[in-house]
Amino acid sequence: MFKCRMSALTAAVSIALLSQAAIAAEEQFFPILSYRIGPYGANGQSFFGGFVDYLNYVNLKENGINGVKIVWEECETEYNNAKGIECYERLKDKAKVSTGPIHTMSTGVAYALIDKAAEDKIPLAMMGYGRTDAVDGSVFPYAFPLVTTYQMQASAILRFVKEKEKGSLEGKKIVYLYHDSAYGKEPIAALQEEAKINKFELTLIPVAHPGNEQGAQWLKIRQENPDYVVFWGWGVMNQTAIKAAQKIGFSRDKMVGSWWAGSEEDTVPAGDAAKGYMSATWNVAGKDVPLIADIEKVVYGAGQGNLGDTSKIGTILYNRGVSAAVLSIEAIRKAQEKYGKGKAMTGEQVRWGMENLDISDARLKEIGATDLLPEIKTSCDNHEGSGKIKIQQWDGTQWVVVSGWIEGNKGLIHPLFKASAEQYAKEKGMTPRDCAKEM
Amino acid sequence: MQFFLEVLISGLLSGVMYALVALGFVLIYKASGVFNFAQGAMVYLAALAVVGCMEKGAPLWLAIILAFVIMTLFGIATEKFVLRKLVNQPPITLFMATIGLAFFIEGLAPIVFGSEPRALDLGIVDEPIPAILDAWDMVISKFDLVAAGIAALLVTTLALFFQYTRIGRALRAVADDHQAALSIGIPLQHIWAIVWGIAGFVALVAGLMWGARNGVQFALTFTALKALPVLIIGGFTSVPGAIAGGLIIGASEKLAEIYLPPVMQSMFGGNFGGIEGWFPYVLALFFLLVRPEGLFGEKHIDRV
Amino acid sequence: MLYREAGQFKTSYAADQQLFPIRQDRIGILILLAVVFLVIPGFASDYWFSAILIPFLIFSLAALGLNILTGYAGQLSLGSAAFMAVGAYAAYNFQLRIDGIPILVSFVCAGLTAAGAGILFGLPSLWIKGFYLAVATLAAQFFIVWCLTKFPWLSNYSSSGVISTQPLIFFGHEFTSPQEKYLLVLTIVAVMALAAKNMVRSSTGRAWMAVRDMDVAASVIGIRLMPAKLLAFAVSAFYCGVAGALYAFCYLGSVEPDGFSLDMSFRILFMIIIGGVGSILGSFLGAAFILLLPIFLDIALPWVASLLGLPFSSATVSHIQVLVFGALIMFFLIVEPHGLARLWQITKEKLRLWPFPH
Repeated sequence: MFKCRMSALTAAVSIALLSQAAIAAEEQFFPILSYRIGPYGANGQSFFGGFVDYLNYVNLKENGINGVKIVWEECETEYNNAKGIECYERLKDKAKVSTGPIHTMSTGVAYALIDKAAEDKIPLAMMGYGRTDAVDGSVFPYAFPLVTTYQMQASAILRFVKEKEKGSLEGKKIVYLYHDSAYGKEPIAALQEEAKINKFELTLIPVAHPGNEQGAQWLKIRQENPDYVVFWGWGVMNQTAIKAAQKIGFSRDKMVGSWWAGSEEDTVPAGDAAKGYMSATWNVAGKDVPLIADIEKVVYGAGQGNLGDTSKIGTILYNRGVSAAVLSIEAIRKAQEKYGKGKAMTGEQVRWGMENLDISDARLKEIGATDLLPEIKTSCDNHEGSGKIKIQQWDGTQWVVVSGWIEGNKGLIHPLFKASAEQYAKEKGMTPRDCAKEM
Repeated sequence: MQFFLEVLISGLLSGVMYALVALGFVLIYKASGVFNFAQGAMVYLAALAVVGCMEKGAPLWLAIILAFVIMTLFGIATEKFVLRKLVNQPPITLFMATIGLAFFIEGLAPIVFGSEPRALDLGIVDEPIPAILDAWDMVISKFDLVAAGIAALLVTTLALFFQYTRIGRALRAVADDHQAALSIGIPLQHIWAIVWGIAGFVALVAGLMWGARNGVQFALTFTALKALPVLIIGGFTSVPGAIAGGLIIGASEKLAEIYLPPVMQSMFGGNFGGIEGWFPYVLALFFLLVRPEGLFGEKHIDRV
Repeated sequence: MLYREAGQFKTSYAADQQLFPIRQDRIGILILLAVVFLVIPGFASDYWFSAILIPFLIFSLAALGLNILTGYAGQLSLGSAAFMAVGAYAAYNFQLRIDGIPILVSFVCAGLTAAGAGILFGLPSLWIKGFYLAVATLAAQFFIVWCLTKFPWLSNYSSSGVISTQPLIFFGHEFTSPQEKYLLVLTIVAVMALAAKNMVRSSTGRAWMAVRDMDVAASVIGIRLMPAKLLAFAVSAFYCGVAGALYAFCYLGSVEPDGFSLDMSFRILFMIIIGGVGSILGSFLGAAFILLLPIFLDIALPWVASLLGLPFSSATVSHIQVLVFGALIMFFLIVEPHGLARLWQITKEKLRLWPFPH
């Protein structure tokens, strides 16, 4: 009798557990390591605002991904590596059941998570930042520097400048002014290779963190009198550089910034000095993208918007956050096609989805994201998927796109990634996957 | 040579900007012996208050007055609720309290006035003066000259205030000896409140200048780091020291950034730019070798 | 009653000189060690190990290092994070460049390298003091971080300057799980904490305290200031260096020079002020407080906000966290300027009489 009751009890409990598991399984969890305070807080607010708004939008508009509701939990990292790890560990347990890719928008945090994420089988997306040699998916199965990388960007910017100079950079002088950190140092190798091929003179000028004083650097630039300044800044360094360029009378339309030096947060505080300044970007700004307009209508109409300040909708970083979310959701859709529609996907399955992304312009149009971001097709040996950017120019009030999609010199840059990834594998004593066997 | 002069002058002018921040440190340290690490955060708060009021529709002059009122009230509140309760604690405890205060401001200011970076337009364009550019081919910014003028005005006013007003004399008395001042009937706590109010005003001026130069944003709090070596060179207790220290740091930092990296490059190879972060501190260290209390600091006497 | 020393007679010098002369302390420490070594590994989750316990231990060690310098020898330093960076990069390079070097030897060498840097940057302490010295140690903070960025050899020519640490192999066994890493860190920290406890009551420690209380007087009674101060810098940097190596190898796994920022130095300074200047126990209490408070606020505030139905955006909640953090620091300094360790002391005094206060 007792035994019988026991088994009935366990049955009841296990049914309860099962049904609970079933409910949980219909939710796709997103661990979000965001930051909204500190020196880069304003940038984080826009990016993660856009990211969360799109997740909300999918829930409201389509009732989730094929019926799977998206849920998420945020943790403030303050752009600090140690806090990022703490946040990751806090959200990890939930993410083991089902998870979207993690976006950190911080190179430091992304670096610290690469090994851990691979161990826990949680995909790590680094869109336009992070470890660039993770393009080689054979060594980094769980890390995705999606869309494009610093090296490809630098190469694409040079291609743009070259076109402006009627097809040749020979004998030109280009100054590379950069934030003296991992972020600013990564493109140097690529730039040096390009300098050899295109025969221009490259001068490297580093700026110490945080970069709120650049008088000396710009006087040096004045002395060098270069044809262009390619500029890799972040946070306060951007406005200071634009202002300092004005101070020495260097023409702003000869400055091309990276995509982290090209948002409203960078140009607005510089005031009129920023007029004519150019920067790279892999997503366009503005509310005229149908998707962005629709998000404002649907999400903010329902009073569920994430931003306290709605004027940020449609800014570069907001749209970048939306783009990041679009790619994450598309990866989950892709994974669902393989592993079962209407189910929550685990990190492993989402990883597969990210590695087999194929987002054509037609698909982008379906989402309403035409030209918001470039076409993307990833594979095991190419976790980047695009390598294209646009150049935009600040007209005093908003960013205006001044070029089509420009691709960096893949033949030159990708072997650099390969070599670097191989060195990493050797240092860590691991054997890379064979990409030929992956499908 | 002409380039050297250009670097030197631009360095001296940026030095003035550092001195503006350093002044706030000096005032408070002089009167109360507190090393106020929150000065950088106060600069941020002041600049945010100005742009915040302007966003609400106030014209620039009104916004500055409002910001001044806010800074004064804030200074008085700090004295009343934090420092008064920590009287007689060791200096390091007071120092930590001001770091706590800095966190407090960094959290509070964006909630009240918004956190996105904004421009602050004082109507002075940061552009080279054409006449000088044509005549000597040298870049001297109009804005920097104005900033230097304002700093000079501020220092003169403060010096006169300290020298000739009743309150100024009381301040100096308090700075010399708390207990003696108290015993001849100087109300210590009022004096401290006044000092914090003045430091708030200096922070406001620094915030206006730095904010107009780089935009109003969180990074204004980093200006404190530029001011610390200035303090060491000038001495913690000297107002003219802050100016002299600022000029020395500004000029040598710029010259070093231009002329030192090529030397190091020839020694070790590689690119050695971006030394502005540490150079002022190392320079200050060498000054300390010769004068352990800074150029204008008061001689430290040990009594056993 | 519970904590009564009366009646514990020492009959030999050895008994009189032991590290914990009071029986209750000995029992307490043994119980504590048993709990942290045997009980906690059985219960804690991965989150607790890798996000709380390991960083807590590592930062306690760094705080201990700073406490030796600031709390015992009276030299204020704002460069602890830089010495941690030296330790982290040194350990990485010893592992990388010397074949088959055991990881513990690397850690010790890393500590020694940091100690060397500590002596170098401790030299100014011979002629300057107080806040002038504090600002001078900032030179160490910025200069060391800059050096690590600028000499690519130190990061094995990685294009980004970020180093990724080698696997932790110990007698052929690789430490991978958070639990194993926790035990490794715990062992090192426990040994070093006991060593510190022993050191501060030795003649060296007493010399430091004399220098702290008044260096002129100390030199008058025959303490040589230069060796005493420099030794304090060296030992302090050694502790910070080992903490830095552990931070890189057992906690983050990959570090960049910029990660060892001034902010981190301040955090460590906070730990000793809140915990108690001049107290070994205080270093641990302070580290726990400074690490746990933000996490607690992070979890509690959104919950409170939603409970009260306040229309806060995520950004506002984050800002409130910083605000509350700052306010609590000031509050603690006002309420108990001597730190948490002082509270423990008061408790002990109460326990001496409890439950019969008369």
